[in-house]
Amino acid sequence: MTHQHPALTAEQKKELSDIALRIVAPGKGILAADESVGHMAKRLNQIGVENTEENRRLYRQILFSADSRVKKCIGGVIFFHETMYQKADDGTPFVQMIKDKGIVVGIKVDKGVVPLAGTDGETTTQGLDGLWERCAQYKKDGADFAKWRCVLKISEHTPSALAIMENANVLARYASICQQNGIVPIVEPEILPDGDHDLKRCQYVTEKVLAAVYKALSDHHVYLEGTLLKPNMVTPGHSCPTKYSPEEIAMATVTALRRTVPPAVPGVTFLSGGQSEEEASINLNAINTCPLVRPWALTFSYGRALQASALSAWRGQRDNADAATEEFVKRAEVTGVVLLAGECQGLG
Amino acid sequence: MTHQFPALSPEQKKALADIAQRIVASGKGILAADESVGTMGNRLQRINVENTEENRRAFREILFTSDTSINQSIGGVILFHETLYQKDSSGKPFSALIKEKGIVVGIKLDKGTAPLAGTNGETTIQGLDGLAERCAQYKKDGVDFGKWRAVLKISSTTPSQLAIQENANALARYASICQQNGLVPIVEPEVLPDGDHDLQRCQYVSEKVLAAVYKALNDHHVYLEGTLLKPNMVTAGHSCTKKYTPQDVAIATVTTLLRTVPAAVPGICFLSGGQSEEEASLNLNAMNQMPVTKPWKLTFSYGRALQASALAAWLGKSENKKAAQEAFRKRAQINSLACRGQYVQSGKTDTAATQSLFTASYTY
Repeated sequence: MTHQHPALTAEQKKELSDIALRIVAPGKGILAADESVGHMAKRLNQIGVENTEENRRLYRQILFSADSRVKKCIGGVIFFHETMYQKADDGTPFVQMIKDKGIVVGIKVDKGVVPLAGTDGETTTQGLDGLWERCAQYKKDGADFAKWRCVLKISEHTPSALAIMENANVLARYASICQQNGIVPIVEPEILPDGDHDLKRCQYVTEKVLAAVYKALSDHHVYLEGTLLKPNMVTPGHSCPTKYSPEEIAMATVTALRRTVPPAVPGVTFLSGGQSEEEASINLNAINTCPLVRPWALTFSYGRALQASALSAWRGQRDNADAATEEFVKRAEVTGVVLLAGECQGLG
Repeated sequence: MTHQFPALSPEQKKALADIAQRIVASGKGILAADESVGTMGNRLQRINVENTEENRRAFREILFTSDTSINQSIGGVILFHETLYQKDSSGKPFSALIKEKGIVVGIKLDKGTAPLAGTNGETTIQGLDGLAERCAQYKKDGVDFGKWRAVLKISSTTPSQLAIQENANALARYASICQQNGLVPIVEPEVLPDGDHDLQRCQYVSEKVLAAVYKALNDHHVYLEGTLLKPNMVTAGHSCTKKYTPQDVAIATVTTLLRTVPAAVPGICFLSGGQSEEEASLNLNAMNQMPVTKPWKLTFSYGRALQASALAAWLGKSENKKAAQEAFRKRAQINSLACRGQYVQSGKTDTAATQSLFTASYTY
């Protein structure tokens, strides 16, 4: 406890820190294209497309074929395992297409949620077994960052102390292992928007969860400058009758982060959590113009909120591919622009 | 755990945040004049002055009757209980003297260390009993902030997990009670400079300690915007053979803080911990010159490092009052410049300013 047994060399730290800074460079955020097979089923279902490996490949190709316009607004792309090893029609590996655009490649490494017995339907996330070896392999295959999603829920009796503590701990173990293998861990403690709780409740729970996460990261000797945080924005529950403005959401979110996320963390990349494309951008804009000192980059790691338009433009038709790609590029640009809205503010 | 039972109303929060902001307003820091009777004895002994209540009163009077312009450099003064109820020669209470200069009055609230059985000489801090009532009374008597000093020591076996966790918890309880009574708690988890450990070791330990402190503050529902932190700078141990520059100290210290102190905390007021006046100013200056974003003010809460020259000029003689006040004013102003990274060291500095004020295992 009192003696340091350095987890990382100075060179390892520098590499991790550089990767993190590249991902959240000014004006840039993350495209979360790491939907699992099951998750993709839902997306494709919505547009009447069959969930085959080929269709998933064709769809990701649409996103990854985006031209150099995306370089200024996308700093990283998160892949699902299957996608890491897929190629474009012309045989170019997807990983290479992304890297050629100067965008950092990331990989989802968790293996989904499992129940916590004795709780009110709460979960932890699995995936630690053999994670070291998997990270080493992904690093060889071109990945420089990873993502691991934990899930917490607000209800009458949740999240419980156990759920908070266990998920924070597993996130810290994952982060530690990633860094040992030259991979920047994105730490994602998502608090679901399900429920009828108000904004204040979400803020309170978010503060408790994030405090636990950062204590766990400290306990596990994780190098904060070589990590990113992917939290929920602080919002009311989906069935909450009270409506809040983007400014209120921004204030609640930034306050929660200011109380819990050490300034050493280079960037906070918000999940969109079911918000519409428009909502997600408006809220991110409000966050970046919030008049409180914000020592980290505040950007996006959006899945649905970046892809919805592209998906519906595509509808599974090859002829629609270019139009769909264009929809994605436009959405990415619009989202990236809001990051620069508050550039002159917030650094005290 | 999942439901908030608000500890403070919005009005209470605003009052606390305003007090904290006033104390660490730009260019201002804290005069820690809260030496206990015993500690004051040590100070007075160095200048061959007897440790009587009158002498203690006389010296504090010199400081508190400084010209009002001292409020450009001093945002708050921490008093010891005895001093809060003392008066100047004209019968004016010290607290009134200080307040009319627009400076915030603070009070030391802890009751010293108590041993932690089963550890290697480690301690926790007592003072929680009846603390709410004491805070309420002090608030009535003109006090707006409190100070509580926890002590941790670096050795081959310390600080232990228990010592870190117990001191963090006691600090959080104290902070919670203060806020309930309108006092801004200054949270002081001092990692002593005793020992031969290097800078890196101090940084490592300081990071662990501060992480535990902020987790405890969160667990105890403390309103961070209405608190201040009073940490040690990250330095090598006093018997460490390796020498470090103010820049080394600055980088190690600021890195530690960036990794552990949430941006919501308005100000960090370093303790001087036995550094000489000049060293303490140079180190603070180096930190404020660092070209990194620091979301909190970096300022001072100095005792020895603000008073050494004044004491040496006074020597217990009333005719030296002006000289003592001038020495104090000068050092306060230097530290004010250091808060902005604008202190430029002049050619010569007098002996009192560079003399190490280190006393082994320092206790107030």
